[in-house]
Amino acid sequence: MSVAVALRPSRRAPSGALALGLSTLWLSLIVLIPLAAVVARSVDGGMGDFWASATTKQALDALQFTLIVSLVVAAINAAFGTLVAWVLVRDRFRGRGFVNALIDLPFALPTIVAGLTLLALYGPRSPIGVDVAFTKVAVAMALLFVTLPFVIRSVQPVLIELDREMEEAAASLGAGPLTTFRRIILPNLVPAILSGAALAFSRAVGEFGSIILLSGNIPFDTQVSSVYAFKQIESDNIDGAAAVSVVLLVVALAVLLGIRGLERWRA
Amino acid sequence: MIKVNSVTKRFNGFVALDDVSIDVPDGSLTALLGPSGSGKSTLLRVIAGLERPDAGSVEVGGEEATHLPAQKRDVGFVFQHYAAFKHMTVRDNVAFGLAIRKRPKDQIRRKVDELLELVGLAGFHSRYPAQLSGGQRQRMALARALAIEPRVLLLDEPFGALDANVRADLRAWLRRLHDEVHVTTVLVTHDQEEAMEVASNLVVLRDGRVEQAGAPRDIYEHPSNDFVMGFIGPVSSLDGRLVRPHDLVLRDEPGEGAEEAMVERVVHLGFEVRVELVRSGGEHVVAQLTRTEADELELREGSIVWLRPPVSGAPRTPDRPPAAPLS
Amino acid sequence: MARLTLRFVALAYLGVLLVVPVGVVFYRTFEHGLGSVYDSITTPAAKGAFWLTVEVAAIAVPLNAVFGVLAAIALVRGRFPGKRLFDALLDLPFAVSPVVVGLALLLVWGVDGWFGGLGLQVIFSLPGIVLATIFVSLPFVAREVAPVLREIGDEQEQAAATLGANGWQTFRRVTLPAIRWGLVYGVVLATARAIGEFGAVSVVSGKISGETETLTLLVEKRFQNFDLAGAYAASALLAVIALATLIAMTVLNKRREDTT
Repeated sequence: MSVAVALRPSRRAPSGALALGLSTLWLSLIVLIPLAAVVARSVDGGMGDFWASATTKQALDALQFTLIVSLVVAAINAAFGTLVAWVLVRDRFRGRGFVNALIDLPFALPTIVAGLTLLALYGPRSPIGVDVAFTKVAVAMALLFVTLPFVIRSVQPVLIELDREMEEAAASLGAGPLTTFRRIILPNLVPAILSGAALAFSRAVGEFGSIILLSGNIPFDTQVSSVYAFKQIESDNIDGAAAVSVVLLVVALAVLLGIRGLERWRA
Repeated sequence: MIKVNSVTKRFNGFVALDDVSIDVPDGSLTALLGPSGSGKSTLLRVIAGLERPDAGSVEVGGEEATHLPAQKRDVGFVFQHYAAFKHMTVRDNVAFGLAIRKRPKDQIRRKVDELLELVGLAGFHSRYPAQLSGGQRQRMALARALAIEPRVLLLDEPFGALDANVRADLRAWLRRLHDEVHVTTVLVTHDQEEAMEVASNLVVLRDGRVEQAGAPRDIYEHPSNDFVMGFIGPVSSLDGRLVRPHDLVLRDEPGEGAEEAMVERVVHLGFEVRVELVRSGGEHVVAQLTRTEADELELREGSIVWLRPPVSGAPRTPDRPPAAPLS
Repeated sequence: MARLTLRFVALAYLGVLLVVPVGVVFYRTFEHGLGSVYDSITTPAAKGAFWLTVEVAAIAVPLNAVFGVLAAIALVRGRFPGKRLFDALLDLPFAVSPVVVGLALLLVWGVDGWFGGLGLQVIFSLPGIVLATIFVSLPFVAREVAPVLREIGDEQEQAAATLGANGWQTFRRVTLPAIRWGLVYGVVLATARAIGEFGAVSVVSGKISGETETLTLLVEKRFQNFDLAGAYAASALLAVIALATLIAMTVLNKRREDTT
């Protein structure tokens, strides 16, 4: 008699249900309820109030800047991240393992320290004489640092798994290295590049710690939405903060769902 | 068509090819046959330009090709695991070689239709490789390689990843295709039956060296050493000599030069019957008979028969003295 | 030729973004000698910040580890409606801005918040910091353990059940050992994230030196007070912890590869 048949599913179900129950409880308590409170507060005074708070000139400027700089950073990551992943997978050189491990540094380093390090290098008193602090470039640099690993780590496994024989087949059919890259390799990398860039984008949109020191926080110029929201909290404009937060949440959710949709399309 | 001259190739100290020279006649279907690790795939890849030899030279179509990259050799290559461009349709796969040569669109379309028809995949234009069976993918790969009208077609264990019956079908199909298309073809295989069935010219390799080259029949009947004899067909060992099981003669009565042996086991394999015998000295021997012969002898476990070695002129290797009467 | 160019460009990019800035921080830190650095990180404020950070991580990470294992089991072995939703929600902490997290906690646990009436002192004290840290480090263990669980399949667990093990025994003797490297790796990631948290904690902590000031908040305060050397010193400490995390990650990755 088959053992699998003898095993009744109900034997496993209780532990599965328990795991589910407890983890859902925890998730709700820690994440869902607090986020719901933000949404609730933002529409507390009705949709009109929400709209007014979310569309003040400062809020809109901040949002525009945030979205644009995050998009630019995501695009730069898409290009350079793919390049770095390529070199890490296909090239062989001394210290490659070390470089590979270093890629995770932005994951490990606290964002405030990241801000300080970038300030040290590219701000006033910079050893290389560059003073770009308090400008949009500084913000972009901080975001590039913080989002560095996303595209690389997304593309690496795909590159490793890629069937080398496809490239050999292309060569035997007369394709040069550039043609092979363009027609064979890149199309197979695109989903990974896109989902890595999407993750980078959503991370950049919400980033706070590495920017707070850098940007001069001159309103109307280099303020990102997360810093704007923080300032609203400090000046007790909770409604304004909540409204902007909801906008950020919507962006984050849209990107998350987009990535999932991408993954489903890839499969 | 292809000349390989004294090619040596090493991988990290492992010698894959050791001073190998072969000649592939124009228009032939040549099989590179050998066990795993014999270097046959490496040799094929050297011919294709996917590997560079450490020593020696390669000529394709009379031109020196040793340092030419695969891209420029005008060879069609078919891989064991198809190497299909999985992100492209069947049509785009087959058209690839022509598309990158910037041929006009309608010329490409016509050629693709023609080739898909030839390989029996008409109507599969818009499918993706993932939607095809293994055999269909391999036929697509063949069409793709043929599209560029290569001087040479190279196949690396093309049927290795397929089911046995699909393999048999495709083997026959390849032979017919070659008869029709006539492009010089080199096939790598470890399956001697496949090589014998399909090839007009055979090269047997072992441990990176050529053991023998020639027509399949010649190699079968005049193997140059024990290894080739054992690899190319079944062998039985008789007093340290190698003979073909079907050359052993069994009689139900004593005769000239025959000895007594007892039947241990009779295995019916359809038309052939394999008889496992034990001789008076205890040596085990395998003989092969047709069903008719076996029926006439009424063989059963425990029966006593008389065993005669092959008549002179039967295949044997030059390593050994000619078959002598059993003492 | 092309290969060398690509390599050069890639390494230059990484050098500019990663290596040089961190190098400069260490340089700036030790510019004035080891002595002043030591003084800087042994002030009462610094010690308080350090131990607070450790305490918070010591509470948040184990809780998230337990949650992570449970969530991974639910995701991989469970069959329930809304599993996809649960899976997606699990990623929220990755995508939500830390400031929003801080605000959210304020709105729930603050004096005027949803649970404010309970009279618990959460905001501007330790529990608030812990809750914020739990939020941001929530998914790491789950996301590392789930793929391992999926890969090993449940045959071993079935075998244990047929041999008479109950749920807990199966978990302790079969499941847990199988996922241990994924678990450890997730814990390392969560710990790094917990120690490095800044934005959410910025909102909910009162930044009271010695009490609710974490190491990251200390860095900021010193910077705002123009104590650059002090800020660098505290940063260097955090950077050392980060590098230790990186080393742990690398070693663990090797371990994981070797045992798969």
